[in-house]
This record gives sequence, C-alpha cells and structure tokens, in this order.
Amino acid sequence: MTDLIDLTIDGQAVSAPPGATILQAAAQLGIDIPTICYHEACTANALCRLCVVEVQGSRTLVPACVAQVSPGMVVTTRSERIDRSRRTILEMLASSVDLSDSPEILARLQEYGGDPQRFDESERRAMPVIDDNPFFVRDYEKCVLCWRCVQVCAEDAQYAFAINFSGRGYHTQINTFFEKPLQETTCVFCGQCVGVCPTGALKPKRQYLLEQGVPADEIRAQTRFERRRRR
Amino acid sequence: MFHPDQITRTTCPFCGVGCTLDLHIRDNTIYRVTSPFDSVVNHGNLCVKGRFGYDFIDSPKRVTVPLVRKTHQAPGARHPAFDLDEWREVSWEYALDYATERMTGIYQAHGSGAIAAYSCAKATNEDNYLLQKLFRALFRTNHIDHCTRLCHAASVVALQMAVGSAAMSNTAAEVIYNDVFILTGSNVTENHPIIANQMKAAIEKHGARLIVVDPRRIEMVNYATLWLPEKPGADVAVFSAMAHVILEEKLYNQEFIDARTENFAAFAESMRVFTPEYAEALSGVDRQLIVAAARLYAEARNAAIYWALGIPESTHGTANALSLINLALLTGHIGRQGTGLNPLRGQNNVQGASDAGAMPWHYPGYQRVDSEPAAQKFEALWNIEPGGLNRRPGLTTTEILSSVGSPGGVRSLFVMGENPMMSEPNLNVTREHIEQLEFLAAQDLFINETGAYADVFLPAASWAEKDGTFTNTDRRVQRVRQALPARGQARPDWVILCELAQRIEERLGRTSSAGWRYTHPSEVLGEMGRGVPEYAGVRYERIEREGLQTPVWDEHHPGTPFLFTDTFPRGRGKFHPLEYSPNAEMPDEEYPFYLSTGRVLEHWHGGSLTRHASLNEVYPEALMEINPADAARLGIPDGGPARVTSRRGSLVLRARVTPKANPGVVFIPFHFTEAAANLLTIDALDPQAKIPEYKACAVRVVPAGEEDLPDPQARLKRGRY
Repeated sequence: MTDLIDLTIDGQAVSAPPGATILQAAAQLGIDIPTICYHEACTANALCRLCVVEVQGSRTLVPACVAQVSPGMVVTTRSERIDRSRRTILEMLASSVDLSDSPEILARLQEYGGDPQRFDESERRAMPVIDDNPFFVRDYEKCVLCWRCVQVCAEDAQYAFAINFSGRGYHTQINTFFEKPLQETTCVFCGQCVGVCPTGALKPKRQYLLEQGVPADEIRAQTRFERRRRR
Repeated sequence: MFHPDQITRTTCPFCGVGCTLDLHIRDNTIYRVTSPFDSVVNHGNLCVKGRFGYDFIDSPKRVTVPLVRKTHQAPGARHPAFDLDEWREVSWEYALDYATERMTGIYQAHGSGAIAAYSCAKATNEDNYLLQKLFRALFRTNHIDHCTRLCHAASVVALQMAVGSAAMSNTAAEVIYNDVFILTGSNVTENHPIIANQMKAAIEKHGARLIVVDPRRIEMVNYATLWLPEKPGADVAVFSAMAHVILEEKLYNQEFIDARTENFAAFAESMRVFTPEYAEALSGVDRQLIVAAARLYAEARNAAIYWALGIPESTHGTANALSLINLALLTGHIGRQGTGLNPLRGQNNVQGASDAGAMPWHYPGYQRVDSEPAAQKFEALWNIEPGGLNRRPGLTTTEILSSVGSPGGVRSLFVMGENPMMSEPNLNVTREHIEQLEFLAAQDLFINETGAYADVFLPAASWAEKDGTFTNTDRRVQRVRQALPARGQARPDWVILCELAQRIEERLGRTSSAGWRYTHPSEVLGEMGRGVPEYAGVRYERIEREGLQTPVWDEHHPGTPFLFTDTFPRGRGKFHPLEYSPNAEMPDEEYPFYLSTGRVLEHWHGGSLTRHASLNEVYPEALMEINPADAARLGIPDGGPARVTSRRGSLVLRARVTPKANPGVVFIPFHFTEAAANLLTIDALDPQAKIPEYKACAVRVVPAGEEDLPDPQARLKRGRY
C-alpha cells in the first residue's frame, strides 16, 4: 500500500493517495467544487477554469481538476478572489452561449451571484443547427467548448478522431476536419460525444424533434428519409 | 428543459458485448439512450446500434396483429407474401388455435421427426428455454436449433472436445491485462465495437501487443504489432506452424503440459509437418511473420486469443478452433487473469440460447439428450412419463431445412425470430426447401424474407417491451426490462409460447402438464436453474444492479469471471493432432476470387431490425470490398457496379475499392436482401459441428451497369474505415 499524502482543504485535514487531484481530495471531505468541463470518464484538461482554488504559495489560482495533491498542501476552495473568477467565467458564458439546456451552469450562475447581462454588448454565438445525419443534431450555439466530445472521440473512448477544435479565439468551435458532414468523416456514430455533452449542444434527433413540438406519434411513425421526402 | 417520463435500465439487444442501456422515454417514445459510466461491461460507451438503433420498434412496417395467409399454401407451391393484402388479420385465439391445429395434425400423422423449430439468439433466456421445452416436452422432438449453428458451433464443439466448456474463458474487459493477444477472424471494431475500444486502450494505454491473423486488413491492423494476412481458410496451417515453431524452439510451458494436459506426444508428432515454409505455401503468409508471431505469443507473460466467426465458419471450423486451443495449452496461456481462449459471441444472447438448450443435441446446460440420466432429470423437471423424452439427437439448423421434402423429413417448422432465408448458405436451395414445407409459423416483429413464406404470423414484443435476461459473451446474465407497453397486439415471446403450449397439450390430450402457467419470466429462469447447475444461483433479485457471470453454482456463489484456474471441466486439457484440409471450394480459373462474408457496423445479420431502423440511412446498400489492384485489373471504379457470380448464384452491387480487402479476396456483408450474399455462399458443412462455410467460396467478378443495380439511388458517401 502506497503512503497517503496529508493536506489541508478549507482548514480540514485530509489524506489522499498519490496522484489524486485536489478535486478528488475535496470530494472525500464532501467539499463541492464547481466544474463544467470535468467528467469522471474523460481526461481532465482544466479548460473551463470554474474549478479554480487557491493553494498557499501559488501565485495564480489553480485548477482543482488537474492539480495533484502534495504533502502539506493548504487549499482554499472559496474566497472573494475565487468567487470573482468563477462568477466572471459564468457571466462570460451566459453572455455568449445559449445556456437554456444547461440547468447546472445556470444554477451556478445564480449561486455565484452572476449577472447574465454583465457583458451586454458582447457578440452571442450564432450559427445554424447542423443536421447532417439521422442520429443527432449539433447546435453549437449551446457549446461551451468543454472538449469532452473531442476527448471521447479520441483516446478517452472511441479512437475515431472525427472532431476537433476549428477556428481561433472567439471563433473557436468544435468541428469536423474541413467541415465535412459527419458521414464523410471517420465518425462511426457511436454517440459517445452525445453521452458526455453537458449543455445540449449535441442532442439525439428524436429529442430535438420532441422539443420542437413534433408530436411523438408522428416522430415514431417516420424515418428521417420519409420526413425529408414530405418537406 | 426537457425531462423524461421515465428512464428504464436494460441490456442492449444487438451484439454479444451486452452493454447496459438507459432508455429515456417520453410519451411512450424512446428519444435518447445513454449508459451509466460505471457500467461494468461498457463503462458508459456504446456503439451506433446500441445508442441509436432502437427505432425499429416504431417502424411503420412492423406487424403487431396476428395474421394468417388468405390462400392455403400447399407444399411445393408456397410463395412469399410481403404484402399485407395477402394476409388476413385474426384474433390471437384464432392464430394460436390455427397453429396448434396444424402442428398437432402433422405430429399425429407423421410423428415427432416431422416437427422442428428454430429458436432465437436475440430472444431472452426464458424465451429460448420455453421454446425448447415446448418442442421437447410436447412434440418429443430434438429438431431444435438456432443461429449458434451458423456462427460459433465449431468453436463450441472444439472447446468441448479439448477442455469441456463452451464459452469465453475470460471477461472481455480483462484484455487490459494481456501483454500479447491474438485477434483472428474477428473484425472487432465493427462487430464488437465496445470490446474493440477496450482492445485499443489495452494497446495504446497499457502496452499490450497485438497479433492480427486475418484475410482482411481490418481496422485493428492499424494497432497491431504483427499482421498475418492469410488466405481464407488457412488457419490450421498458420496456427499449427506457430505451434511447430514453439515446439522447435522449446518455447512451450512444460510444467503446464505435464500438470494440466494430455495427448501431447501425438499432437507434437502431427505438428512436425507444419514448417513455416509449408504454412507459407498454404496460407500466403511470410514465414518470418509466422516465426515472429509464435515467439511473441509464447514468450509473453500473459497472452490471450480472441476469435470470432472467421475461425468456425468453415468446413474445417472445428480443426481451426482446435489449432487455437492447442496453442493455449502448449504455452499455458489459460486459467489466469489476462490469458485465455475467447470466442467472441455474436448475438446478444447466443450464449444464453445455447445455455438454455435451444440446440438439437443438448438439453439446457449442455446435457446430452442421449444421456439417460440427463433425459430422466428433465422428465422429472417437466413432469413427463419416464422414457417420454426423445433420446435421439436432433437435426441442426441446416440439416432441418435440407431434410424437408425427403421421406421422414421435417414437415412443420416454427421460426421464432430467425430469418433463414437470409442467413442460410446457398439461399436458392434454402428457398426450395422452405417451399416444400407443409406448415411454417413465424413469430417476429416484421414479415421478413422467411416470414413471408409462413402460414401464420405471430407478432412478438420487442426487447424494450418485455422482461427477461440475456447472457452476454463473457457469460454475464443481465436483466432486460420492459420500458414500453407492447405495440398493438404484440405479446412477449414467452407469453405466446406458453399460450401455444397449453393449447397443444390439451389438443394432444396429455394427462399431466409440463407446466406453462408462469406469471413472470423470473419463474422460468428459476425453473431453468433447477435443470442447469451453472445457473442454479442466478436469481432476478441478484442481478438487478449488475449481472452475474456463470457458472453461479448456488444462491451465494459470486459468479465466475474467468474459468479453468485449477482444472478444466473435462479434467485435463486435451491436445488434438491436426491435419491441413483445403476449403470445400478453392478459387480456380473460372471462379478466381475468394468470397468472404460478414457484417458491417451499422447492420445486424438478416436485417429484420436494422434495415427497419434509421441505421439503414447511413448504410443503405450492400457494398463489395475489393482490393485496388484487383479492381483496376477488372476495370471496376470505386462505387462502380459489379456482378459477382458463384456456382450457386449471382448478384449485382457496388464495389468499394479499398485496401481493407486483400488481393484475391472480396468481401460482401449478408444483411441486404437486394444483394443477398448467401445466394453465393456454399452449403458445405463442417463434419463435426455442422457449420456452413460462409467465410470462403469461389466467385467471379465482372463490371456491371448502373441499370443492373437493385437500387441505384441508394448511394452514400462515407468516411469511416
């Protein structure tokens, strides 16, 4: 048995195995650190920065989902500085992304007293829903770029490598290479990406249609080809 | 926000992996499928069939009313009726009475040998158990088989001969403990996608090394250390040459051979002829590759072998499987975690259907029908007079149909969920036999190519509309739960079978009942557990959260993740001397190509389900894979139409020009009725396992015209390998 590492989180002593992250050690104590991009089945990448905490001796805030515990570490998970950072992240997301299908993120926004209108002048992400296959739609207005879909398409599960980031800066988006329809990429339609999407940007076709108000019996009775033919 | 009315946890109905599914339902419609990330089999991952392939349930083509044919179908003059106009809607009472009348009539006139049934590896353990019980207990026939005969029969026979078992020795997820593994005759990325993901992770993240032995350049070759591109059917040569090298270089495990095996000397003697040079001449595999593969496998600390239908679906399928088993016994790579002999089972419940006795030679639990103690045991369990059960082993799938029309042959066939008119080899002959039947009943969701010939159609509930259990490829018995009310008048298979059995029993005037009044499938599994020791401890309440791996010897037994730790079921593992034999049909000047058949990711077998699902929209037509060099020589462009002809049939389909096909070998999937690969395949059987040679026959390929295609419009660009 390897020796456990002793550290302190919010004044409470805790021991965690080597290699554990601050997020995992905090969970042992029942301390809730908010996350968006983190998923237990995916490699953590510290992209959303919502999980930042203060570590004594560290100049910057530290992302708890990837930072590993070390002996004698002293961690603070709530402070004015942390809250301001988290609030700003949430406000920036709310000002540019459609969070209507992300109740967890909206709840965090409220919890941290965020003002969704703070960056009122900002440009909202606006792009058409991509409906290029019979199984799921891609609505990137709802995408927070958590990267989970890219991860499960790659080494976290499927090894299909069909999607990645495209564009730069504000225009960064998840896309196929050369924006090809999924059918023409290496995609195998396993839907691992749909399974880990936290915001409803990736959604099964039937769910999408039900939300659009198409009656269930009509959806059941038709295949996609038949729907297209009727149009 | 959108919320489900309910989320029902169940088990995937497609392949043998047995993934856990959460069906999200609103307004009686499944609209989303997820999987819990802590699921023991698939860790939250699914493939396209599991996640999106459920909408066949609601296909407008599904039949949910009992039907009988409007016109009488006389033997020899049977014709297929896909059109509902040729059928009459009837009540359940009428349909069941009609089926009872016809089957009992034939039974009373011609005896038990005239009655046969195809059971179904898609149906639950309970459904399969009841079907074989019905036909054994009431019609006293052992002519009961299912598609295991067409997939892993030779693997089962070989494993029973050599070790006395008939299943994967290990858990699929154990692949991460392999240092080296051999994958042969298994296009795992398309046929067991979740196991493929685990294999890729084993290689990329855990340092395992892979040896692929396959006549196709399958996707897993991209991850392989060695690829041995053998000619179809050269398995015995390649694997015996590996054994030859291991023997020559003394890389075998003497301790294991002494302690756990028998017949080593005779086996070693028979391997002398299999020099790498000899194997190269037979298989086309470079001798150096064979030597390297032998060393890699033998010198590994933990090594395992995974195979699928490329091994058994051959006239020498039993020998093929034995050549793999010999390797494991020689090196001692069995009986420990991360080692083993692993036939990847195809159907979601082919393991369970076999365990439940839906086979002509065995009662449930592989207890032979010609064993007096076994027969007496089931006579007691089913309340049958002593000596009542038929002790003669029955006919297998292919034999059942080929006996139709001959004196003493089968006259009445009951088909639950299978589609022999797509899945049998040499379909033109299959059709002639089907046409000769006196009575044919189909119990299914759709009027498929077989059901179209039936006299009566019994509409069954889909997997999402019934309770039960499936046993997956690594012997895990998992729950299937009802998520939806059955559509229309459809009924669960087990209910239909019990209703039918009670009528037959009464009609035959049996004085004692074999017992058909179950209120829930759990009672059926309980009864099966009293006949099958390996299932004795499996109870519904024990598998609510997580399945149990058989054998489960009693209600406290924790299940068995890997087999053969200390001993084999038959005692010592038995080496089998082998000889090379060619395929029933080898390429020649007239028919210069090998044809191999199989499945694609998006479809399932005869296509009854997936061709009625949106899956069909991403793979709408049959494609023949052909090597670029062959295609160029023949003048067939990528996507161009080609005519493929064997000695038995001919069809036209588009070519997919790809290095996935080796030179000299073409591949056609068998899902597509418009270009049914089994029109071409040969109905030659393995003498021991009676499995047909689907993986190798000889064909001729020539360019064809667009107008010759069955559906020129069905064309789609695709990017996946």
